[in-house]
Amino acid sequence: MSATLGALVPSGSIGGAIEFIFEPQSSNVTGGKEVGGLSQVVELMLNQLELTVLALALALVVALPLGLYLGHRGVGETLAVGLGNVGRAVPELALIALMASVIGVGLLNVTIALAVLGIPPILTNAFVGIHQVDHAPVDAARGMGMTEAEILFKVEMPLAVPTLMAGVRGATIAIVATATIAPLAGVLTLGDFVINRNVYGESGLLAGGILVALLALALEFALAGIQRLLTSRGLRLSAA
Amino acid sequence: MASAATLALPLAKVGEVGESFFHERTSETLPCQAHESHLFCFDWAKENIDSFGTPTLQHLELVAFSVVIGFAVAFALALLAHRRLWLQTPLLATTGVIYTVPSIAFFFLLLPVTGLGRDTVIIALSAYTLQIIYRNATTGLANVPSAAKDAARGMGMSERQILWRVELPLAVPEIVAGLRIATVSTVALATLAVFIDGGGLGAKIYGRGNLTFPTSIVIAGGLAMAIAFAFDLILLGAQRYVTPWRRTAEA
Repeated sequence: MSATLGALVPSGSIGGAIEFIFEPQSSNVTGGKEVGGLSQVVELMLNQLELTVLALALALVVALPLGLYLGHRGVGETLAVGLGNVGRAVPELALIALMASVIGVGLLNVTIALAVLGIPPILTNAFVGIHQVDHAPVDAARGMGMTEAEILFKVEMPLAVPTLMAGVRGATIAIVATATIAPLAGVLTLGDFVINRNVYGESGLLAGGILVALLALALEFALAGIQRLLTSRGLRLSAA
Repeated sequence: MASAATLALPLAKVGEVGESFFHERTSETLPCQAHESHLFCFDWAKENIDSFGTPTLQHLELVAFSVVIGFAVAFALALLAHRRLWLQTPLLATTGVIYTVPSIAFFFLLLPVTGLGRDTVIIALSAYTLQIIYRNATTGLANVPSAAKDAARGMGMSERQILWRVELPLAVPEIVAGLRIATVSTVALATLAVFIDGGGLGAKIYGRGNLTFPTSIVIAGGLAMAIAFAFDLILLGAQRYVTPWRRTAEA
């Protein structure tokens, strides 16, 4: 069955990649051992998802409180915005490679390297989002006797949700995309199909591309849904 | 011939030189290249700095082509959407999806169409810059104060004159801001071109199917960041040059 399908579609095309995703293929380097197929795809995709969630959580823990605090106080603009600009210029590949070759391979190192990528967008957007909240509702809240913490969590954060979430979404896409090159540092993700081209062949390469793209789109849709849930009803109505 | 003779010389004299000639190498006497964990090896850097020339040029080429193509397409689309407002939502959604697909995945998705090499990298990277530049250009055009447009209309300017002489100049800061973000990220992303034989500085980071040793990674990564900041400064300078009225406002 797979032989006839393989004859119909030229190697390296979409057809071959889809076949690779659903059915294990024999590889010429692994000594007849079969590679690909749904079970390996699911395993690697879950690995990539796990790595992404871990790194995102670490980035959020570091960047969000700092960004919120600085934005609320209106201090440290150079740090928050400057770090965002510098972070954008750091090449992911160099960061992962350096972490792997200096500190060593493994889940913890890759998680830290990926979190470093996620911190700048979250920090910058948290700062900008909170900082640019209209002064009138903040003054009103202060006049009503709200504490600074209440102002931050009940007034400024709800109003800054679109900007905050834009940062989180940007960080997520950057992390999940870069998790593709994690196999270089010893954590197997979907990128294994892509990086070990000699094992998985052209179909694996293309299949890896398709799967990473689908995973990123799925995460983006999930986060867009979360953003809708976090946006207060009043804001949703005024936006519509 | 002469080198063979000098090579043979120490071997012939082994007995005379004795133990002092053959001393065991400890980790202190090894050249720094031999230490896997050394973060930076100056000797290696001095000897091999030449080999970074071609990858740097390739990298500059990848970024320049991608940003120029991405800018041309995004700018045309933004002008189109500015004229035909109903196009704005579908265009933003489409460019948004393109942006969400990670560029590394984009490389591999394009492989069946464009094959391995530089073209694929440039297409994927221009698609990536498209969204950022397009979004900023439309925001910039939308943020032009209607008072300025009304005044221009009252002075008898045609729609085309208003666009080129009022709206676009006022939108320059936002457009350049988008261009700067796009360019800086593209410089970093272009290191991934090595995975589809696209050349660039990534080749000095991930060389011969292996992570090369740290010095090479530090130099290549540093060069990439230097390129990013250089482009950023150039664009900032260009913006100040084409918006002289903002300079006087700041001063």
